[in-house]
Amino acid sequence: MFPELNNLLNTTPDRAEQGKLTLLCDAKTDGSFLVHHFLSFYLKANCKVCFVALIQSFSHYNIVGQKLGVNLTMARERGQLVFLEGLKSAVDVFFQAQEKPHPLQFLREASAGNLKPLFEFVRVALKPVDSGAAGWTYPVLLVDDLSVLLSLGLGAVAVLDFIHYCRATLCWELKGNVVVLVHDSGDVEDEENDILLNGLSHQSHLILRAEGLATGFCRDVHGQLRILWRRPSQSTSQRDQSLTYQYKIQDRSVSFFAKGMSPAVL
Amino acid sequence: MATVATCGGDAVGVGSAVATASKSNVTSFQRRGPRVSGTNDSGPRLVSITGTRPSVRNGQLLVSTGLPALDQLLGGGLAVGTVLLIEEDKYNIYSSLLFKYFLAEGIVNGHTLLVASANEDPANILQELPAPLLDNCKKEFDEDVYNHKTPESNIKMKIAWRYQLLPKMEQIRPVSSSRFGHYYDASKRIPQELIEASKWHGFFLPEKISPTLKVEPCSLTHGYIKLLQFIQNIIYEEGFDGSNPQKKQKNILRIGIQNLGSPLWGDDICCTENGDSGHNLTKFLYVLRGLLRTSLSACIITMPTHLIQNKAFIAHVTNLSDTVVGLESFIGSERETNPLYKDYHGLIHIRQIPRLNNLVCDESDVKDLGFKLKRKLFTIEWVQDNYLRQERNIYPPGFSYLLKQKDSAWGEGSLQHSTFLMSFLAKGMGFPFFQLKLLLKDGFVLIKKGMLRDDSLRCSHSAI
Repeated sequence: MFPELNNLLNTTPDRAEQGKLTLLCDAKTDGSFLVHHFLSFYLKANCKVCFVALIQSFSHYNIVGQKLGVNLTMARERGQLVFLEGLKSAVDVFFQAQEKPHPLQFLREASAGNLKPLFEFVRVALKPVDSGAAGWTYPVLLVDDLSVLLSLGLGAVAVLDFIHYCRATLCWELKGNVVVLVHDSGDVEDEENDILLNGLSHQSHLILRAEGLATGFCRDVHGQLRILWRRPSQSTSQRDQSLTYQYKIQDRSVSFFAKGMSPAVL
Repeated sequence: MATVATCGGDAVGVGSAVATASKSNVTSFQRRGPRVSGTNDSGPRLVSITGTRPSVRNGQLLVSTGLPALDQLLGGGLAVGTVLLIEEDKYNIYSSLLFKYFLAEGIVNGHTLLVASANEDPANILQELPAPLLDNCKKEFDEDVYNHKTPESNIKMKIAWRYQLLPKMEQIRPVSSSRFGHYYDASKRIPQELIEASKWHGFFLPEKISPTLKVEPCSLTHGYIKLLQFIQNIIYEEGFDGSNPQKKQKNILRIGIQNLGSPLWGDDICCTENGDSGHNLTKFLYVLRGLLRTSLSACIITMPTHLIQNKAFIAHVTNLSDTVVGLESFIGSERETNPLYKDYHGLIHIRQIPRLNNLVCDESDVKDLGFKLKRKLFTIEWVQDNYLRQERNIYPPGFSYLLKQKDSAWGEGSLQHSTFLMSFLAKGMGFPFFQLKLLLKDGFVLIKKGMLRDDSLRCSHSAI
């Protein structure tokens, strides 16, 4: 996790909020550093994490996690982390017929499927263990990323349904958190993606939006991060709080600064 | 050197996607050094495979794309286990050339090749590969001269005699196999002996599927399914993923897929506006990447994206690939007569570079790159050098200029362009210091002060 980002979000692993949906989105840049942040954050907070990693392999997250101070292999071995490696599972489900429903079953179907098997997988993974010996604080679901599901043929409604079920089970029933990443297509007209993004934006408690600079590529400022706190259930009597920072990604951390205050300019 | 742990039967039950107890897979995505092993069982240290080298940034195993200029732009080379997607230029001239460079590099390094095409027989594709420029060409010539001379001294004759005893193959096999990235002569064909000495598999679509086959509804186009099964078969049979107990492969598999997405593959994405309702191509790419990640292979795909009308689809394909390079040739376009581009054959756009095992990636600072193809050299250069030389006539020094955003030719690098223009003008005045004021939106003013370092036109810059 990045300490500077914790300061901006005003949280620490010890006293993070529960029952929240956090939406990460990126536009014209790569927002995967946010995924690495939340993964290490919740592992340090001693939560039971289910990570649906659809876009990269386990060793990628493991190596970056080691830079951020968490060991994913050990977390997986002691049961704190349940890792669904999308790429590897896709090969399994595609080449061999499965006896019981596989989380990525929709890859085998010709018509648009639904994500019920994936939800079942998540539910079973994060079910509270009755023995209580492990003592994890609360469950967390992390998905990287949802836009891949759209490009693999699922409709935006199916993905929204999946998130709805996850929220109902994890956020409301088990008082856990859900963090998802969605790509924003920007100028390119992608109707399904827009539906998904808008639908999730209205349900989220916290939106982190990583954007590329409007002036183009820059070596010292990699992008701009917009943080938006929301209260979706209550009426909007209070205005949602929003902050904007610029950032530069380094080898082991990300530094944030106010707009125009990049150390390279000053 | 990348450490690769042996896979020891990773097919841990097809249903268990919850890989809590799985051992580490064979993948090149492991950092060199004992750090990554940690609690994993560190398998036998991999002896360096020919034609690969670890990345300086993260120890990731890299192979050359066949174009040293492109290797440099991609941060050293193409990572093993990833996909290089080439967006074809309009007449598929330069993209097929890049495709051939990739395969030729595989032959020169002794890698195994897998060539898939729907419109051309892979055997013909291999015949048309460019000839490599090898260091020992001159040596061969010298040896011939020696053999014909009368022996002047015994010692010299002995050396020539030893060379004579070696099998003919040795002389042709490149001596410089330790080099990473070779140069090719585009006007000559690769020697037949090299092709015959290499190991390759071909997938020619019309041979693999019969036209009278009933097409049952399934999740992927029939051609794509066949290709995926073919690739998976080769990977397993020849042990590139370490799961075959009989075969322990210490080589790279180079996969080349030509014109993916074209109608010849049975896909309608290039024909209609809302094609690919079955998402065939994206599913194919996803499963392919899954296969690559768990094996010692690298893949090049050329795709006619200029035919795809659905731009959102191209964004999906980009997200599902690792490295994406777009080629834009000037043939037949108005840019052919533009004096700005007269030295170049086209533009090359590095659209995406993957961040593997890292938070950052080696992105090149320069975004405006043009390429030119000479007989023995395919160079990629920064186009602005040419542009700025001409600008000197338009903007004489000693005046102040207000540059509007749309005056610059490249939207994405417009700030870059302005900064470099100012630095160039400052240089023209003989003054190393310059100040640049840019009026941005919302009343912001960017003031950039800089000093030119050494003799180059580059200087650091940043934006607000």
